[in-house]
Amino acid sequence: MGSIQGGALFEYLLRLGDDRLVLGHRLSEWCGHGPVLEEDIALANVALDLIGQATHFLKLAGQVEGKGRDEDALAYLRDAIDYRNVKLVELPNGDFGRTIVRQFLFDAWSVLLLDGLERAAHSELAGIAAKAHKEARYHIRHSGDWVLRLGDGTEESHRRAQTALDELWPYTGELLAADEVDRVLAGTVAPDPAALEPAWRHVVSDVVRRATLTLPADGYMHSGGRQGRHTEHLGHLLDEMQILARSHPGAKW
Amino acid sequence: MVSRASTETELFGLLRGIPDPEVPALDIVELGIVRRVELGPDGVVTVDVTPTYSGCPAMRVIEQEIVAMLCANGHDRVELRTVYSPAWTTDWLSDEAKAKLKAYGIAAPGRAVVDQPLVPLTSAVRHAACPYCGSSNTERKSEFGATACKAIHYCHHCQQPFEEFKAL
Repeated sequence: MGSIQGGALFEYLLRLGDDRLVLGHRLSEWCGHGPVLEEDIALANVALDLIGQATHFLKLAGQVEGKGRDEDALAYLRDAIDYRNVKLVELPNGDFGRTIVRQFLFDAWSVLLLDGLERAAHSELAGIAAKAHKEARYHIRHSGDWVLRLGDGTEESHRRAQTALDELWPYTGELLAADEVDRVLAGTVAPDPAALEPAWRHVVSDVVRRATLTLPADGYMHSGGRQGRHTEHLGHLLDEMQILARSHPGAKW
Repeated sequence: MVSRASTETELFGLLRGIPDPEVPALDIVELGIVRRVELGPDGVVTVDVTPTYSGCPAMRVIEQEIVAMLCANGHDRVELRTVYSPAWTTDWLSDEAKAKLKAYGIAAPGRAVVDQPLVPLTSAVRHAACPYCGSSNTERKSEFGATACKAIHYCHHCQQPFEEFKAL
């Protein structure tokens, strides 16, 4: 693999890992606070899957980079500016409805992306994606089912779900936007993000319609997360996530 | 001096003595976690393991137990490799393993299917047979349970909650 493609692959693996690490951390904040016991357990389970996926992607990223950084070094010792996740996943959870709507928008994209990566030419990446894809199918059944129940539920749950959808929609553009990294890897290692868009829109609009919600119109879309330009929320999240590892370098237990 | 299991079949046999930390009714070989064992000419034992779920917290314990088991039997040079492909699936469980699960009080998984819609209507849910009374008059409460590999169900016939080893 040439150095241009190697550099792009490292960036791409950081994106895959960081999206899941940050979202997994956000979901873990629900642990002990879920609206019902089953949901508390479900959100913690999804968080565990996502953090596990992130571990595998970041471990591979460290190997591709070849500078001796392992998954822990990448997770705990990078600052916000070096994180490559989309802004959607770093936003605070808000209420349960907002957490679920965000999860559904992410899951619908993630399940399609992982499906594409499973057939990628990079065998180790494809193997990690194949495992993650199976888990993502459980995740979208859970989040999609809840979007149906909240949207087509009470007046209050419908209102909250619609508000969440309207507020989060401008953060979805980043999931599907392609840049130089995607262009270098498209077709060989990773699926072209633009090629995922029709399928993503189909899944999202189908569930939104069945949930009696209204799909927001495309307007201004946030960007910058993939380049390390984040909202203020990511720094606070990392403070909490990284404090132990940074306060006690090299600690083992 | 501990005796040294010399053939790969014997090494597999040793690893069959390690129960899964979360589902001790099954050992790590019948669960499909150990994919390959190879004894090199230099005496190094290479063990290929595949993770069940990406975030399964039991994987590290399992790896430690593999090393400990082999060490205790005279193999102190062990190399563990994580293999991702083919991805672990519950379809690898034998009928015997499924019977052990049921006897342990966990419903066995159905076939792992991937062709169903991403967000199906709830009515499409499979009714797992209750491991206690065998009734299919059951209801799935959540696809996420006490561990990553289990779902929560309720049996309306014997009025007992139970877990299912979920298809993956």
